[in-house]
Order: sequence, then structure tokens, then C-alpha cells
Amino acid sequence: MPVAADVTHGTPYGAPSDGLPARLVAMVGALRDKGIPCGTSETVDAARVAQVLGLDDRGRLREGLAAALVRRGGQRAVFDAVFDLYFPAGVGATQGTRDGEDDLPADPDDRVERLREELRDALVARDAAALEALAERAVDALGRVGGEGNRSFSALQTLERLRPQTLVAAVVQERGDDGDLGDRLVRDEVRRDVERLKALVAAAARRRAAELRGRERMATYAVPDPAERQDFLTTNLAQFAALRAAVRPLSRKLATRLAARRRAARRGEVDVRRTLRRSMSTGGVPIRLVHKRPRPSRPELVLLCDVSGSVAGFSGFTMLLVRALADQFTRVRVLAFVNVTDEVTMLVQEGRPDLVTAIQREARVTGWHGSSDYGEALADVAESYLDAIGPRTAVLVLGDGRNNYGDPNLAALQRIRDRSRRTFWLNPEPRGRWGSGDSCADEYATVVEMHECRTIEQLSRFITHLLPV
Amino acid sequence: MTTAPASGTTFASVDDVVTRLAAVGYLASESVATTVYLAAVLGKPLLVEGPAGTGKTDLARAVAEATGAGLVRLQCYEGVDEARALYEWNHAKQLLRITAGRDESWDAARTDVFSEEFLLERPLLTAIRREEPTVLLVDETDKADVEVEGLLLEVLGDFQVTVPELGTIRARQRPFVVLTSNATRELTEALRRRCLFLHLDVPEPALEEDIVRLHVPGIDEALTTSVVRVVAALRGLPLKKAPSVSETIDWARTLLALGADRLDARTVEETLGVVLKHQEDVVRARAGLDLDTLARRA
Repeated sequence: MPVAADVTHGTPYGAPSDGLPARLVAMVGALRDKGIPCGTSETVDAARVAQVLGLDDRGRLREGLAAALVRRGGQRAVFDAVFDLYFPAGVGATQGTRDGEDDLPADPDDRVERLREELRDALVARDAAALEALAERAVDALGRVGGEGNRSFSALQTLERLRPQTLVAAVVQERGDDGDLGDRLVRDEVRRDVERLKALVAAAARRRAAELRGRERMATYAVPDPAERQDFLTTNLAQFAALRAAVRPLSRKLATRLAARRRAARRGEVDVRRTLRRSMSTGGVPIRLVHKRPRPSRPELVLLCDVSGSVAGFSGFTMLLVRALADQFTRVRVLAFVNVTDEVTMLVQEGRPDLVTAIQREARVTGWHGSSDYGEALADVAESYLDAIGPRTAVLVLGDGRNNYGDPNLAALQRIRDRSRRTFWLNPEPRGRWGSGDSCADEYATVVEMHECRTIEQLSRFITHLLPV
Repeated sequence: MTTAPASGTTFASVDDVVTRLAAVGYLASESVATTVYLAAVLGKPLLVEGPAGTGKTDLARAVAEATGAGLVRLQCYEGVDEARALYEWNHAKQLLRITAGRDESWDAARTDVFSEEFLLERPLLTAIRREEPTVLLVDETDKADVEVEGLLLEVLGDFQVTVPELGTIRARQRPFVVLTSNATRELTEALRRRCLFLHLDVPEPALEEDIVRLHVPGIDEALTTSVVRVVAALRGLPLKKAPSVSETIDWARTLLALGADRLDARTVEETLGVVLKHQEDVVRARAGLDLDTLARRA
């Protein structure tokens, strides 16, 4: 990794005057703005890390600071982007870029061609260092935008001119592979390398732009938000912000309620058998009562979500909520369906930003057609996933019950209900419309308890009063 | 501020970590080595998260072996409590002691039965009281209840434990603590704050090749490369359970045992069950890598 290529300012990472503590504090501030909640103790840790590791090896400093400041897996990408801004690999054009500058032809078109050739060589050789250097050079040569006073660097423009994806076929051919499987693998690898290059170009452009426009501004505008902040609902932004804001206090509220309930449950009913047994030592007089042991564990939750277009937003949000509540349950399993049911627990746990889209793409939730069929979906659950449901399980069905005039299959829902501890249905449609048109909501409501759930308020009332059962 | 280094488990530098871990069969990436070094120097617990099979538990083992420290392990599970994690009194032995000494005074008996002899040490107390260098592994922390996290906070924050009958027991040396978690449950912020964080993901291809070579001696170079490449391609597919490093090693072993010297579509198809653990994944992988068409053509 090329470190501190420019030393004109005397200090590593080209700091003109701001000392390390100030820089760390500013970086922590930027992280906080991006939703990574580092406190003062983390900042102190970070400073100690910098002290122990020194500033000579940028790669290690990055890993070390990440260990002190990052708190969970999904935050690393944000951290890396912010780190690049506050501890840049160099200032201005790196030494390698400036050395290469002389070789580049003056004519813009020739320049692009030359860089594309070099990129092709780097991709063929799978040379990571060359890719990195090339990203810097490409941004320097192709990414300049704006005129005097408003100069900056654009990753988008760089990539538009460089067009790396058009090189894939040629590189695959050139790298060639004797094995039959080889070609298939090579194509994947080249694509991944191109993705890497794109990320490198974005980072380089961010760094160069930050020098011109100030780090704080770049940290605010150019660093992507962490996954958990991104929108996955089809609702508008303001609505979504409100929903998200509701999740945290809700989960905390529920956690406290549950803890209290569990404490209360610790002194359960009197265990007559053991009380009498103990009374033998006092001549049959039961002096000390023995209480029944508390029920040992947390309930399990199975979520059955309609992810078809009409209610996908609602399901997506509820899944997010349940993920936040996951520590209140021993086990949470999420089944999604349109008309075929598939388990998506892993996808939900990964916390993907485009959850519902990911489910629709990666899980098998549709069969022959693309519209909801609750009957088929419930039959699937009763057939394939019934062992997920037991006497400690609460089942939540999320959906509007609009069945496209198919068979509602009440029997399957009954079987699910009978096996579970309790089953609830949350319906995002207003109560007045249940049973109208192709809605089977009224019929389903005769089998399980159905709740209207259109607003955050209704959802939170349900969660805090009824769940977990 | 608690800055005392973990005694006995110190490393001279990040490079020293790499060499010494490699000597006991653990190939550490740059981020692993840096974080382990920092945890040792700063004396902070190390929280390791990441998918199953990436060597979280093995890291604790390796650190212990590399530094000649003893490994004390607390396996967490739902319902693990203070008595299982910290200490409990040996009631049976206490009763025996009381029945054996019928004639003595009450005071003598009372002080007696709550002494060292009747104390059963559990992993946390053991780790704190050990005189020798110690690595404490708290495995699968996310499986334990929230209450246990509270207990861990006390123990890991000050490295001391209070037993009402005996008083406060302070650590004679600070153990090197590794907590692992599969992130099935969010750990509390308080616990996270006290730890250095390491996200252990599947290694870079070059490192994974080295790991395979280390664990499967005698394997062909070219075969190693193609195994790692195919596994990387599999990880790119939307699978229920993406293959972990241990599965890569298993696969390499299988191929070596089968006497395969190169990896073609047919071989991959026949041995896919070693790497993938769900039938649906096998189906998906066959479609994703075009194995059926490739095998037919071959």
C-alpha cells in the first residue's frame, strides 16, 4: 500500500497543522454523524491505538482504529470511507500518479485508451496494487470537473470515461483457462475485480475532492450511510424516518417489560410436592414453602410474511422491527411468501438494505404466477415448516389476506394455530375493508385473532401488550 | 483508566503476532494480527464476530498456544448463570463436613464450610485466580442471556469478583480475554464498549490457499488454487449456508483422498456435498455454476 506519498507538509498523511488528537476527534464526530455511535471512551481507545501502533503503517492503523471505533460488522464500509478522508494515503496526486503523468499522452482520447490498456493488463494479472495505483491515476487524469474556484473530482465521470465493464469480455478471453469450469470462474473474478476498481475510484475521488472542499463536507455528503440507515420501504422518506425512530424505543420498552415479567415469574406457584417433602425435616409442618421453578426460556417466534407488492412495505418494516427485538426470543424464524413459502431468516439477519427486493429475488416465493395466494402459502407452511412451530412458539401472520379469489385454506391456518402457543394476524388494511372484494380477512379472523395494524401506534400497542405471549 | 497489559501474553509487535501464531498453525490476516496485538498491549477484551467456521474459537486456542498460556473456556448457552460461569458452593461436601463434626461449636462449623475447600470454581473465577498466564475464551456470548452480560461486565471491567463469604478476589494477572459471537442476538452496547472489536470474515483468496496448504499437507498447488476459486464463486451465490474455511479444508482433503489432481465440472458436481450442507444449495450451486451443461459437454 503506498503510504504518505506526498511529504511536502512534513507530517504523515499531509496534515498541515492539526495534531493527531484533533484529527481523531474530528473523525469520531464524522462517524457519529454517520450513525456509528462512538463515545469518548472509544476516542480515548483510538488515541491509545494510534500511540501503540504509530502512524507508519497505514493499513495497520486502519485495522487498529477500526477495532477501537467500529462496533459491529455492517459499519466497516462507512468507517473505511471516513478513515480515507481523515487519514488519506497522500496529498494531491500520489507520487506514482505524478511519475506516470509524464508518460500519458496529451490528447484526451489517447489518454483514455492508454489507461484502459493499463487497466486491462492489471485485470489480466489480477494485480491488486496496480489496480489501486490505476484508480488514483484515472481520477487524476479523467476525473476533473468544474472550473476555477469550483474544481473537484468526480468518480462518476472517471468511470464513464474509463468504462471498465466493457473490458470484462476481453480480459476473460485473454486470461483464458484450460479447464471447462475455469472460464466460468474467471468471468466472476474479473467482475469482482471491476467492482473493486469502482470502489477504489470512488475512494480516490472522495480523497481528492476532500482536499479541495474540506473533509467535513465530504464526510457528510460523499460517505454512504450505513446499511441500517438505508431505506428499504416503498414509503416516502419522511414516513420511513418516523418508522425507524419508532423501532428503537419500542424494542427497549419491550425489553424492560419482559425483564420485569421474568423477574416476577421467578417466584411462581407453590410446588406442593416439594414443600411437603421438605416439611419432613420439621415433623410434617411445612415451614418453608418451595416455589415452582420458573419456566426456563424465552418464547420462540415465527413470522409469516406476505411480500407481494401490495403489502411488501409493511412486511419489510415489521421484519426490521422483529430483528431489533430478536434478543427477546430464543429463536426467530422468518418465512416469506407470495404464493410459495420459503425461509428467509438468514436474509433478515444479514440486515440487507433492500430486504424485500432481496427476498423476492433470492428466495423462492412465487410459483406459477406472481400474485398472492394465501391458501397455497399456508398449505406450504403446514406441510414443510410445521416442525418450526411448537408449544412455545408465537406465530405472526403479516398480510392483507387478499387471496385473488383462491381457496383460503382455513384448515391449514387452523393446523398452524393448534400447534403454536398463540397465533396472531396483523392486517395493514383498515378494518372496514376486511372481507370486501377478494379479501378473506373476515374468514381468517374466525380462526385466529386478527388485528388492524396500519400505523406505528397500532403496531406498538400490539407489540407491547400482546407480544410475546 | 485500566491500561495494564495482559501479563504473560504480550507480543513484541504485530509481526511478532503473525510469526508466533503461524508457528502454532494459525495464519493471521493483517487485521487479526493487529487487533490481537492491541488487545494484548492495551489489556482489553477482544470481541470476535463473524460467520461460523472462520476460526473465531481457534484464534483463542492459537493465542494461548503461541504464548504458552493456559486456555480457560466458558461455553455460553441459554440459561447459563452465575453458578455455571463464576462459582458455586459444593453443598454435598458442606453437608458432609457438618455431619462429620457434630461436636464442634456453631461458629467453627459456620466459618469452616464457607472456605476455599468448599468453593467450586467455574471458568470466570478460574481465569481470574490463575497465577499463570491465561487466555479466557467466552464462547458464543450471544447465546447467553442478557443477565450474564451484566456479570461479564463486572468481571471484564475490573477483573475482580466478589464472593460474599470470602470477600473480593482480584485478578493476580490480567487474562487475555476473547469473546466470540455469531451475532444471532445483539450484544449490549455496554459490553461492546469494553472490548476491541474484530469482524472475522472469510479470508482473502491468497490467505485461504495458505490455510488449505497448512491443513492439507501434500496437496497439489494447482488443485489448491482451483478449490479456493470455486469456493469463492460459491460464496458469491445466494446460498442458505455459504461455505466457510473449514469446509474448504474438508473439500481439499476429500479431493486429495479421491486422488483428483484437477478440478473439473464433473468432480465438482460429485463432491459438492462436502462443501454445501443443504440440498437446495446444491441445486442452486449447480445452476449458478452451469455445472450440468459443463459436465455434459465434457
